[in-house]
Amino acid sequence: MGEIVLNRITKSFGDVSVIPPLDLTIADGEFVVFVGPSGCGKSTLLRLIAGLEDSSSGAIRIDGKDATALPPAQRGLAMVFQSYALYPHMTVRNNIAFPLKMARMDKAAIDRKVEAAAKVLNLTSYLDRRPGQLSGGQRQRVAIGRAIVREPTAFLFDEPLSNLDAALRVNMRLEISELHASLGTTMIYVTHDQVEAMTMADKIVVLNAGRIEQVGSPIELYNRPCNRFVAGFIGSPRMNIIEGAETGGQAHAIGIRPEHLALSTDSGHWAGTVSVSEHLGSDTFVYVQVDGVGTLVARAGGEFPVRHGDRVWLTPQPDRLHRFDAEGKAL
Amino acid sequence: MATAHSRAAARLTMAPAVVLLLGWMLIPLAMTLYFSFLRYNLLMPGTEEWIGTLNYQYFLTDPAFFTALGNTLALVGGVLALTVCGGIGLALLLDQPFWGRGIVRLLVIAPFFVMPTVSALVWKNMLMNPVNGLFAAVARGLGLQPFDFLSEAPLSSIVLIVTWQWLPFATLILLTALQSLDRERLEAAEMDGAGAVDRFVHIILPHLARAMTVVTLIQTIFLLSVFAEILVTTNGGPGNATTNITYLVYSLSLLQFDVGGGSAGGIVAVVLANIVAVFLMRMIGRNLDL
Ligand SMILES: Nc1ncnc2c1ncn2[C@@H]1O[C@H](COP(=O)(O)OP(=O)(O)OP(=O)(O)O)[C@@H](O)[C@H]1O
Ligand SMILES: [Mg+2]
Repeated sequence: MGEIVLNRITKSFGDVSVIPPLDLTIADGEFVVFVGPSGCGKSTLLRLIAGLEDSSSGAIRIDGKDATALPPAQRGLAMVFQSYALYPHMTVRNNIAFPLKMARMDKAAIDRKVEAAAKVLNLTSYLDRRPGQLSGGQRQRVAIGRAIVREPTAFLFDEPLSNLDAALRVNMRLEISELHASLGTTMIYVTHDQVEAMTMADKIVVLNAGRIEQVGSPIELYNRPCNRFVAGFIGSPRMNIIEGAETGGQAHAIGIRPEHLALSTDSGHWAGTVSVSEHLGSDTFVYVQVDGVGTLVARAGGEFPVRHGDRVWLTPQPDRLHRFDAEGKAL
Repeated sequence: MATAHSRAAARLTMAPAVVLLLGWMLIPLAMTLYFSFLRYNLLMPGTEEWIGTLNYQYFLTDPAFFTALGNTLALVGGVLALTVCGGIGLALLLDQPFWGRGIVRLLVIAPFFVMPTVSALVWKNMLMNPVNGLFAAVARGLGLQPFDFLSEAPLSSIVLIVTWQWLPFATLILLTALQSLDRERLEAAEMDGAGAVDRFVHIILPHLARAMTVVTLIQTIFLLSVFAEILVTTNGGPGNATTNITYLVYSLSLLQFDVGGGSAGGIVAVVLANIVAVFLMRMIGRNLDL
């Protein structure tokens, strides 16, 4: 039902090419997350799908129909904006009802749908307030409510949680995931928060300068990044990359994630001095100045009692080593 | 500015300005009020005496007063309607990207910098004149009878002239308001299935409500006292056809030398302006606390 296919789609603003030819297929019911550094074209790609930008060339098929030239309203998609884009002069009820009014639906049906959406999103007691009288999280829910009443073929989210504080983000993240599970509708979600990407996605699309670097499930991207860019982008703290003599000559560079470096205070593969240790309680991140290699980050589960200046040893798990060639491709 | 202490401090620091402003307003007002109860004719110096409310009785029963009141309301209402509608239209146009937009915007603002007397003279002699005017030339070019604007439709002509002067102001305010409209909000409405008309009615107009109120308020203050345009073009005529309250007060005081009657008219005008102000404030109170 909600399958979206991009075929050789490109976009340039004047002379500046933002999206080089790009192919992507999003299956019906999938939760797809676009991640990538700032300015890589995530929003542009989303807006192309929404129809808010015209593509420079290529074709978009939504739900089996060619949508390349369709105006946004006829694509059957709903979008949730980073700024929420609520209508400030309307009550919450009217905000949520707006798309239905525009579809000239009859009043009783509108009321029923608005009440139902408000119930799902815990907004029932706020229906007669204006957006200005709501908290950030409530506004976000109104924006989502406005999207779900239309029963779209797919939802588009552009960094919907980036204006919320950390605790609320976790909550809303769960709510959106639950919504996806209960509606089963295709969702495309733009973020540069990789926890959101890893936890919510069925499929992650990693973008870099408008190009797709890799597409895959979160665990695939984590276990088998196809190049150094993806390796560095997925996982936190970033993967350690080591170049030079330590690679053993078979690769240009090797990479090892902090959680795959065993820490020890008496023996190991690499010896080094602790420069910073971050004690989070559940984990300890230790930044080690390794002799002849550089700074490596290692993660120890639980509490690992070391301090600045302590001598430690690091041992990589051999089956967790990533090898990259001179172009940065994984070997 | 929420604590009792800071409010008290605010009042104290504002006091000098308020006192100065009150004095500035109250002294002329008090003198006008005093004159309005006197027989005070410039042609009969030395005969000033207290005559109670006689001036008011004469002024309020003068048929010219009702004509002037009607003319004032027609002038204010007409110009407001035209400038607000025209201003929204122009603002929407000027908000579109097109080649030479900067220069066009500058040109649209230009009429605001022309003095009322000058613009009225230009309209009277160069545009609306039935013999030499541009409109007459165009009419003749099309084989039509030239139209004598200022004698056949005097009030409408003045409304047109004043509208031309105030349209830039309305456009400017509405354009700034339009530019502050969040693009994403319009895009959201577009995705919600709102066509151009629905977007205008449901998103753009409510967003402009505040600016429209400001335009209405400020223009009303100035439009109630339109004078130069009438003096220069029609002298309040033909008959009383273009006499508004301001012009009536002028003609009483300075054409008929009846300062007492003129002052009474002035006070009536102040009362009327305040009635209008109360209505406007009501309207604004609703619109401004969005
Ligand atoms: N209207 C426009 N005109 C010209 N260039 C644009 C326009 N919109 C976006 N760009 C450019 O396109 C590129 C991609 O922008 P986009 O907004 O898609 O980035 P993004 O990945 O969403 O970034 P962020 O994470 O910061 O939101 C940027 O380099 C930007 O400067
Ligand atoms: Mg973006």
